[in-house]
Amino acid sequence: MTGAPQARNESSSGKSGSLALNGVTRRFGDFTAVDNISIEVGRGELLALVGASGSGKTTTLRIAAGYEAPDTGTVTLGGEDITRVPPERRGFGMVFQHYALFPHMPVEQNVAFGLEARGVGKTERLEKARAALASVGLEGAGGRPIQSLSGGEQQRVALARALVIEPRALLLDEPLSNLDPTLRQAMRDDLRAMLRRVGVPALFVTHDQEDAFAIADRIALLKNGKLLQSGTPEDLYHAPASREVAAFIGRGSIVPAVDKGNIATVTIGGVARDLGVTRPSGATSPVANAFVVLRPDALEMARGASVLAWKGKITNRRFAGGLVVYRIQLADGITVDVESPSSAAHEDDNVSVSPLKGPFPLVPG
Amino acid sequence: MKSAFRRQSWILAVPVIVLLLWTVVYPNVAVIAGSFENGLGHWREFANSPADREALWTSIVISVASVFASLAVGLPLAFLLGRFEFPGRRLLRAVATLPAALPPLVGVIAFLFLYGESGVITRAIQRAFGMAEAPWRLQGIGAIVFVHAYTMYVYVFLFVSAGLERFDATLDEAASGLGASTLQRLRRVTLPLLMPAVLGSMLLVFMNSLGSFSAPYIFGGGLRVLSTQILASKTNGAMGLAYVETTVLALSAVAGLALFRWLDRKRRYTLASKGGRSRRVIRSRKIQIFMTVASAFLVIMLVLPHLMVILVSFARDGVWTTQVLPPEYTLENYRRLFSEAELWRPITNSVSMALIATAANLVVCFIAGYLIVFRRFRGRGLLELLVALPWAIPATAIALGLAATFSRNDLLTGRVLLVGTFWILPLAYFIRDIPLVASAVESSLRQMDASLEDAARGLGASWLMTMRRVILPAARPGLVAGGLLAAVTAVGEFVASVVLYTHSNRPISMEILAQLRALAFGTAAAYSVLLILLVLLMAVAARSFEERLA
Repeated sequence: MTGAPQARNESSSGKSGSLALNGVTRRFGDFTAVDNISIEVGRGELLALVGASGSGKTTTLRIAAGYEAPDTGTVTLGGEDITRVPPERRGFGMVFQHYALFPHMPVEQNVAFGLEARGVGKTERLEKARAALASVGLEGAGGRPIQSLSGGEQQRVALARALVIEPRALLLDEPLSNLDPTLRQAMRDDLRAMLRRVGVPALFVTHDQEDAFAIADRIALLKNGKLLQSGTPEDLYHAPASREVAAFIGRGSIVPAVDKGNIATVTIGGVARDLGVTRPSGATSPVANAFVVLRPDALEMARGASVLAWKGKITNRRFAGGLVVYRIQLADGITVDVESPSSAAHEDDNVSVSPLKGPFPLVPG
Repeated sequence: MKSAFRRQSWILAVPVIVLLLWTVVYPNVAVIAGSFENGLGHWREFANSPADREALWTSIVISVASVFASLAVGLPLAFLLGRFEFPGRRLLRAVATLPAALPPLVGVIAFLFLYGESGVITRAIQRAFGMAEAPWRLQGIGAIVFVHAYTMYVYVFLFVSAGLERFDATLDEAASGLGASTLQRLRRVTLPLLMPAVLGSMLLVFMNSLGSFSAPYIFGGGLRVLSTQILASKTNGAMGLAYVETTVLALSAVAGLALFRWLDRKRRYTLASKGGRSRRVIRSRKIQIFMTVASAFLVIMLVLPHLMVILVSFARDGVWTTQVLPPEYTLENYRRLFSEAELWRPITNSVSMALIATAANLVVCFIAGYLIVFRRFRGRGLLELLVALPWAIPATAIALGLAATFSRNDLLTGRVLLVGTFWILPLAYFIRDIPLVASAVESSLRQMDASLEDAARGLGASWLMTMRRVILPAARPGLVAGGLLAAVTAVGEFVASVVLYTHSNRPISMEILAQLRALAFGTAAAYSVLLILLVLLMAVAARSFEERLA
């Protein structure tokens, strides 16, 4: 009870306050859920932990929150080791996947709960709770029972509850996964704006790379408990560190290539094309077992055959607003998507595909 | 189509509603009417009788005390076993519900053998400390509450354990993340969310204690409670007074029910199951040792009554006088039960009466459950009330109602002579077990998608085929579980039996009491062991039946 207010004072007394996991490992029996992961989130920064289910992202978040203790490694906040500090004395704000709102308390008591735990008087805490509710756009909802709230409203209450304690860090577990697609788009923008305003390290878990791209300043991609790559969304998109990263980010086909330094040669159906490539930072050149990512916006398509282009046949045609996305079956079992402003081509048309603009991401296999 | 459907609902509903009005409601009306047979005379008699005023007060005191004693045992035990890991946990968990497997009267006589004035524990302590007299007397309110706490804490334990299992662990984590200490979380989150389970179990203990008969009857000493007063008045032929006492008992039960409903009024949520939390391992060596010793003590306390009944069942009758343990052991008690027709009779009586009552329960409750869950018709609310009603009426009151109603042939007033015949006890068992079986069937049927019935009929299945191939299989788990519970309660039934039995249809419980009165402890215990075995046998039979069908 006394730990948290003290902690608040510390954080406002000007330490840099970044949240870091340093070489953290957590095993459950023989299963290694988190394998030597190091990440750091600065003040006002938003880091997304991304990965498929079972990748260890939720366990990592729970270690940061203090619900799990790492077997090895440390958790630090502003340089202070908090690995063994229990969750109730960390002063973090956490938003749970299913929100974990107390069903027996009305909205404002839910929001005021953290202040109640800190011994804040009733008038003051209800006042602050109402202000927090107003800040998430729920003025006057304080007296409503939790059961009467929609999913989006519950999410906002959970957020207000985490914010009202003036947390030293914010942790969010799949904050958008329970919302319907329209609401989800709107909440992405709101969430990012709110988290930036609070100005504390924010760590959030998601399995959806689109959410991560839309909200995060940086992304840490996890698989089987290991950190595959961390960096800005742009880094991950343009310079994926491995074939796995490229595959997770999606959008594009990963095809074998011969690495020749600044360029790589891709041969499909006997037609070889040299492509300008970017390579992941630190990768030694040339890469023996190389692949390049062919994104739909980096290819162009022409009807009929052309000597220097890869030949193929349209198997699927999808209208996507201003553009049409064609799926094209090339030789050697390779399929690519091509975005084209022209809607003239149709399924079963023979077409030729060529690289339009580089550089193309090159990844080791 | 729609009106045909409605007509069919009525064809099914009318016989069931009439049967329930006749057997459940009418007897109670007869009792209430009987209490006014000479105006307010009997009521004045009741109000002026110090014995009756004392009985009412004592009944309430015992019920409230039993509720709190059961809470005091059941609540900590549920938390301990649900939230912590320690040496001995699994054994303690395995035996924690054992008291529920003892038929009520058997539990009482086991306590008598253990803690009674000539009980094993009592004498052992008396010997060990060289006391001239027994260190305590197993009598009065304290003794009754002691037995109640032993047998009824199981309700609290089971309800709260189930609540803890369903408890969404992230709520606790959310509270701790917001800075709440362990104590704050318990007070503000865990306990409020468990309140519905706690109140539900408190209500069960209250109702059971209020209607309890065996413990007050055997340990009461000079103590009077309403249920025993009713039997005493009936035995003395003061039927009018018995009717007043019965009405007061039933009213107390209804008042209790209303009170708990009111206490639980604010609940608008249900506990969603979202994965349990792991138990905390107790690592401190000192606490581990303490827990091991405490669990061992509790395990012994819980198992002793069962062991004692088994031990005494082998004791030769008439030679166990002042020794701590029975001095001579024999198979004679069992041999006599199986070879002497008069001693075997109660066993066939109990089994056949329980089976008849259960069969009737299954048929009536299946139809009632089907109508309640799937049909919309006027009278559905009434049907729902009728199947729940016997639960709110103490067994002694049900029995007295039957005694008041079915004591003569008078078809004009809907009376048939059943008192004094074999059929009165199966009828009483049937009524007592209606709520049990009906709620089991209802909960099974509620898990079925209501559109399945429409789908079956849309595919051209007749109503009978739909019943047989769709509805009955859906109701089966409830029918098996409810039927088992009904058969188990009926085969050991004591409270209604003691009011209504005759020599020829005496059930096992009455024979146990008779043998006890004749100081044939060994024989009484042998009957008790047989009763426990019967209960086990039924449970095994029900399980294998369910497995074979599933």
